[in-house]
Amino acid sequence: MAPLDKKEEYGAFDNVDEVFKIPTLECGAMADTHTFEAAPEHNEALHFPGELLDNWQEVAIAKMGELAKTNRAFQVYLDACVKCGACTDKCHYFIGTGDPKNMPVARQDLLRSVYRRYYTFAGKYFPWLVGARDLTKEVLDEWYTYYHQCSQCRRCSVACPYGIDTAEISMAAREIMDSVGVGQKYCNEIIAKLKKTGNNLGLNPKALRATLEDLEEDLEDETGIEVKLPLDVKGADILLITPSADFFAEPHIDGLLGYAKVFHAAGVSWTMSSYASEAANFGMFIGSYENMREVSWRIRQAAKDLGVKRIIFGECGHAWRVGYSFLNTLAGPFDFLDQNYPIPQHIMEFTSDAIDDGILKIDKSKNDEFIMTYHDSCNVARGSAMGRKEGGQFDLPRKVLKAVCNHFYDMDQDTIRENTFCCGGGGGLLTDDLMDLRIKGAKPRMTALQQVTTDHGVNKMAAICAICKTQFSKVMPKYGYEMDDIMSVHQLVANAVILDGQDAEEEQEAPEAAAEEEK
Amino acid sequence: MLSTLYAVLFYVATIILVVGTGMKVARYARTPAPLKIPVSPAPRTKRGVWFRMFREVAFFQSLFKSNRWIWIFAVLFHFGMLLVLLRHLRYFTQPVWWWVDLIQPIGVYASFAMLAGLGGLLLRRIVVPRIRYISNPSDYLMLALFLGIVLSGMSMKFLMPVDILGVKQFFLGLMRFQINELPTQPGVLIHLALVATLMIIFPISKLLHAPGVFFAPSRTQVDNARKFRHLSAWAKQLPPLPEGIPEPEEGK
Ligand code: HEM
Ligand code: SF4
Ligand code: SF4
Repeated sequence: MAPLDKKEEYGAFDNVDEVFKIPTLECGAMADTHTFEAAPEHNEALHFPGELLDNWQEVAIAKMGELAKTNRAFQVYLDACVKCGACTDKCHYFIGTGDPKNMPVARQDLLRSVYRRYYTFAGKYFPWLVGARDLTKEVLDEWYTYYHQCSQCRRCSVACPYGIDTAEISMAAREIMDSVGVGQKYCNEIIAKLKKTGNNLGLNPKALRATLEDLEEDLEDETGIEVKLPLDVKGADILLITPSADFFAEPHIDGLLGYAKVFHAAGVSWTMSSYASEAANFGMFIGSYENMREVSWRIRQAAKDLGVKRIIFGECGHAWRVGYSFLNTLAGPFDFLDQNYPIPQHIMEFTSDAIDDGILKIDKSKNDEFIMTYHDSCNVARGSAMGRKEGGQFDLPRKVLKAVCNHFYDMDQDTIRENTFCCGGGGGLLTDDLMDLRIKGAKPRMTALQQVTTDHGVNKMAAICAICKTQFSKVMPKYGYEMDDIMSVHQLVANAVILDGQDAEEEQEAPEAAAEEEK
Repeated sequence: MLSTLYAVLFYVATIILVVGTGMKVARYARTPAPLKIPVSPAPRTKRGVWFRMFREVAFFQSLFKSNRWIWIFAVLFHFGMLLVLLRHLRYFTQPVWWWVDLIQPIGVYASFAMLAGLGGLLLRRIVVPRIRYISNPSDYLMLALFLGIVLSGMSMKFLMPVDILGVKQFFLGLMRFQINELPTQPGVLIHLALVATLMIIFPISKLLHAPGVFFAPSRTQVDNARKFRHLSAWAKQLPPLPEGIPEPEEGK
């Protein structure tokens, strides 16, 4: 149980209503939060200039014009905003920091003001009237600061009468900055690493295989039967694409073990790929179609090479957005796969079907110590879907959770489903140099969580996003929870599923006891 | 003299409004959306999207959910304006269409709704610090312009009645490319000058939200990316990426 009285440095609001009281403006509160810039070799690995170009202004302005021609969202969103203000109080970073430049429309305006100056009649001839301004080094720095305080969660877009999506603007801004040689270390380094090794961690195939073998042993110790974590198995039916965090971080690993158990129980043949050993696609965070395409392309090649029939994604939020919404565009058409299944599929869809088909033997009481709630990850909630019905991305994970747990309570309605708050670490901000921002950005979510802890005794929160899980395991301790109070949904599935041959608990302990006696 | 001036003004304003907005719309329509970015949960069929957009345009659905005060003012203003505009059709038709006659009684009072909506929006802009922060001079001027139009219009109806038939003759004349005498009461001149201004700035201002709402990919796209491949024209031109998996270097 989380100690609610523990007063921490940051601290949540007293109750969930406070989240929706608008903070007083604190101009410049986050102006000095400046994430590390990328090294030249990392920018270059992404086909960007290594360092700030001499003629960067010219290039940046040209890039802006190019985006207006090649991206309808950019063009329409910059024109259409009426400054109504409906989005202003919707951003978790604004709620958490009070910095007015973290209000979605103000964030857009950082770029809109420059676009207007160079590309609109009013901005060219009456800049003062419409708040247009020249592109200076100060403006560029300001972009860098505040476009790296947006987790591209799209909560503001839901609020806007025209659906103006600040995430699109912040992706565009990052692309413009990259194109003049100003990249962010965290994102660009990771993409560079992925291009080399196939995953964000830089884990080579040998190390990956060793890790998986260790995990297989753990599984056998636990269940007494052989549950495989296959790698590079040609001819398998299913290719699992999962975030590399699933190989080494907690609670991610437990989720991976959950997928393995479900596949085992369903009796399907599956494999992972060392070439495409990463679901995450940070190309999206930096708004780079080309990089996103290159990263996605690996999945296509791995699927072809291994000769699989289906692709299934593991628990990762933005990866699922890229998978669900973009993969077909970037690396399609997938005419060589089995067309009877959606391409790609989410593990939650697979598990949900397995539950419906009665394939899984489940002992819910295994999770009885947990009083659960569920955090909708922003990219899953607002950037993708699942299942056969609209809103499946909300219903399927809840359905699976309720199938494996006896105690489940949802958080406040305005903080879940399409209104969900970002964990505070998405969009390429999951880096230690932004820790202060991350903790403050988690405040709305943490407040909603504390409310259900108070009301229902909720002690664990589940999520299906690698970034959310890592972020929460870091920031939850700041709000009086333990780092393992965040769980993978498939971790709970793993706890509750009983595999054939595993049977009852007593029998499972018997061989161990026997082994003990032998010693 | 004044009649000619206003005649020219309205011809120019009409051309700018129609051609300018048309060009913008054409540009929006031409610009490809490289990726599927509907904000979900989104409809999975085209018909669903039509329904979603209908709810957005007819009821300001998202605004209703996100900010009730702005919604109230926005509805008063926009639907008041819609009625007022429809009522104004009587000055451009001879004989007046029957349904325009039908809304005549409410149309007159719709101007009060507009006024209330505009007042509320302006007050919010001035009083609420967040909204003051995001406002530029143009945002206040836009509301001032609308207030000017509404007030000058109402003054003709309720304070200083004008020769409205003369005004109608003027506009019917313009529609047949002839310049009739325009009554010169100040109410008429001010009202018409402000309206012409509005028409002129429409295609170069945030009033583009009216056509823009129909082109926002986040709302107008169908959520069917897994079923149908969405590929923009420019993406088709990209050089293909290499097929196959390169031999791993070291470490295998
Ligand atoms: C498809 C049609 C339209 C839709 C869906 C629409 C919707 C909206 C919405 C939701 C707002 C934000 C709320 C507000 O501040 O009032 C707004 C603002 C505004 N609209 Fe429209 N509108 C439409 C057409 C028009 C037209 C034709 C005009 C004028 C000729 C207009 C003038 C304005 C103005 C001036 C504002 C800004 C109000 C402010 O400054 O706060 N709208 N519109
Ligand atoms: S996308 Fe999310 S983080 Fe970015 S401005 Fe909107 S609400 Fe804030
Ligand atoms: S809700 Fe939309 S139109 Fe209103 S200020 Fe925000 S981005 Fe602009």
